Amino acid sequence: MNAIAALSPYSSSAGKTNTERHTLSVLVDNEPGVLARVVGLFSGRGYNIESLTVAEVAHVERWSRITIVTTGSPESIEQISHQLERIVPIHKVTDLTLHGRAIERELAMIKVRGKGENRVEALRLGDAFKAKVVDATTESFIFELTGAPQKIDDFVEIMRPLGLVELSRTGVAAISRGADPS
Amino acid sequence: MSKQMTGAEMVVQALRDQGVDTLFGYPGGAVLPIYDALFQQDSVKHVLVRHEQGAAHAAEGYARSTGKVGVLLVTSGPGATNAITGLTDALMDSIPLVCLTGQVPTHLIGSDAFQECDTVGITRHCTKHNYLVRSIEDLPRILHEAFYVARSGRPGPVVIDLPKDVQFATGVYTMQKNVQHKTYQPRLKGDMAKVREAVEMMAAAKRPVFYTGGGVINSGPQASELLRELVALTGFPVTSTLMGLGAYPASGENWLGMLGMHGTYEANHTMHDCDLMIAVGARFDDRITGRLDAFSPGSKKIHIDIDPSSINKNVLIDLGIIGDCAHVLEDMVRLWRSEAKKPDAAALKDWWKQIDKWRERKSLGFRNSADVIKPQHAVQRLYELTKDRDTYITTEVGQHQMWAAQHYHFEQPNRWMTSGGLGTMGYGLPAAVGVQMAHKDALVIDIAGEASILMNIQEMSTAKQYRLPVKIFILNNSYMGMVRQWQELLHGGRYSESYSDALPDFVKLAEAYGAHGIRCEDPADLDRAIQEMIDYPGAVIFDCVVAKEENCFPMIPSGKAHNEMILLDLADDAGIEMGSIIDEKGKMLV
Ligand SMILES: Cc1ncc(C[n+]2csc(CCOP(=O)(O)OP(=O)(O)O)c2C)c(N)n1
Ligand SMILES: [Mg+2]
Repeated sequence: MNAIAALSPYSSSAGKTNTERHTLSVLVDNEPGVLARVVGLFSGRGYNIESLTVAEVAHVERWSRITIVTTGSPESIEQISHQLERIVPIHKVTDLTLHGRAIERELAMIKVRGKGENRVEALRLGDAFKAKVVDATTESFIFELTGAPQKIDDFVEIMRPLGLVELSRTGVAAISRGADPS
Repeated sequence: MSKQMTGAEMVVQALRDQGVDTLFGYPGGAVLPIYDALFQQDSVKHVLVRHEQGAAHAAEGYARSTGKVGVLLVTSGPGATNAITGLTDALMDSIPLVCLTGQVPTHLIGSDAFQECDTVGITRHCTKHNYLVRSIEDLPRILHEAFYVARSGRPGPVVIDLPKDVQFATGVYTMQKNVQHKTYQPRLKGDMAKVREAVEMMAAAKRPVFYTGGGVINSGPQASELLRELVALTGFPVTSTLMGLGAYPASGENWLGMLGMHGTYEANHTMHDCDLMIAVGARFDDRITGRLDAFSPGSKKIHIDIDPSSINKNVLIDLGIIGDCAHVLEDMVRLWRSEAKKPDAAALKDWWKQIDKWRERKSLGFRNSADVIKPQHAVQRLYELTKDRDTYITTEVGQHQMWAAQHYHFEQPNRWMTSGGLGTMGYGLPAAVGVQMAHKDALVIDIAGEASILMNIQEMSTAKQYRLPVKIFILNNSYMGMVRQWQELLHGGRYSESYSDALPDFVKLAEAYGAHGIRCEDPADLDRAIQEMIDYPGAVIFDCVVAKEENCFPMIPSGKAHNEMILLDLADDAGIEMGSIIDEKGKMLV
């Protein structure tokens, strides 16, 4: 069968393809509107964004790196890469997931409120996860935690019953392993 | 060359340096400095349209008939929003345009100033790229870069939004030759290993077909030449999309006619049954493929395209070659020759035998009449009476557009201007204005529908002002015929709002615009009337009154495959209920 089922309503097949999660690293000119172009592409073509981060990575050249975590069939993720490449101020799109296991890190700040037992337990678990306490009152802590997204998910789940009141995450930054740039 | 000048002067200078001789526009407060700069020179001609949508389509017609970048100039706010349809049209059909829009001065941006709109925000989705010029220092680079981006790679529209203070500011303009974009550099030459593989596949093919599209036209006349050469060398059959008509001559032996929803029986069956498809500058659009999971099920597919995202978008490709059509075709021709490749002659002979059987169905046939003009007959007569002239055809959108594609035959590229991807009613007349501006002595005809033509009829004034002898040939069936046909097929013949009521008297309308009006209702008078139109030295509106309820066949109903076409004889067959041909799923599609 030739059709890429998931992508077209013209296909009459059910469109069952396996969904994968990929991390795309996108090097762009840091010019006004470039982020809007990227986000607009995803919304306009119905692609998913699980996480998106952006920051300048080369000051003199004025380049930024946008790291996008997306899900879809392998064909639609290939299509996403190509569609991104069409955006004029985008230099390079790398599918880090295709390049072997990339390093992915995220930073989270987690506010936990509680007294007595729960407070002690939260502190103990924070320690076990190597989270830093960056703010404290007599009835609350703010933890700072860096790690793979899964590790943060785990920590958040553990903190929930102990009085988690607020969570702020940066989204994923990623880089390929080894000596070469991706 | 380096010179001190204002932003407005830079705009005009850059147009001159880019070789622009004509631009289409409409003035307003936010572009007055540019209009002032235009006033004081005469190397760039400004054509005053009557609606900014008209400017965009005129620029498209100009671009597509010349291979150059089309340019339009509009004011901020409503000027820019009126141009949106034309920009989207150009994006869908890959037409290179540079659209200059005025903007409120930079210090007022974001304040909801008079005639302010977020032009770069609004046009981000309907341009290939756009710029808001924030300082005079950036202007010369952006002006030249915009032309580069518009015409390079897969061409498309580029907007430059010009705040009024930037137009007044002075700065240094440097003539920049061959400006490129620092990172956007599309690949032109195909991967030779893949080209070699393609040639091997072609030599081994038993049932091959070339499927060509608008990319061949965009690649330049050389691509059409090379396509012809490759078809001649291989002896393979060739079909084309709506946008690609003229790349291979309709009189050529290997021509199958257009493919797709209203394509010929032989083209669609050849696509369905082929064992090797060579797609060149075509994008497997839904009007072409029909039902995707039944699309050419037994074939290997080679796809040549300059846009990597076109490959594997809708249909999985066995061999994708990223590159410009002309470059890749040239390498293919060279390899085929140097390696003395031969097609599988015996297999090809059988294949042609099969194709000839499909041809015998004469799928473009229709029942002519002595009492009423059949629209297909009208296009055929128009073709016969104009084919030996220097003719360019534009169209509006609807049945007449499909009949034009089926019954007007193109021998050369760049002679056929139609709105394919977006299907914009109102495209044809302004496009004809643009074509005629570029080809003063040519015969430029807009094959129109009575509904579509009213969408940009105001451009008759433009034609009048610039003495453009465009001919508007209206196939007047008193219906939005294509809508009526779908209502017949899908909605039980309930013709909801598709009757063209309260039409103007087109002859009087022509006269009101200072043009010549002709009405013809009698098949016996048709040739004479068409000749009158051709011979008239100015603009003409020809009201060709045709059969009201004629349907456009053949047709692949939505949701069906290439080998499930409806032909006229089937449609007329008393046993077949037209409303039952398209199933529930098909009705969901457009
Ligand atoms: C701007 C725009 N609005 C609506 C449509 C939908 N549409 C497609 S064909 C058509 C009817 C066109 O009627 P006419 O110009 O008389 O052409 P005919 O089909 O009768 O030849 C309509 C309304 C469109 N393509 N473009
Ligand atoms: Mg009509």
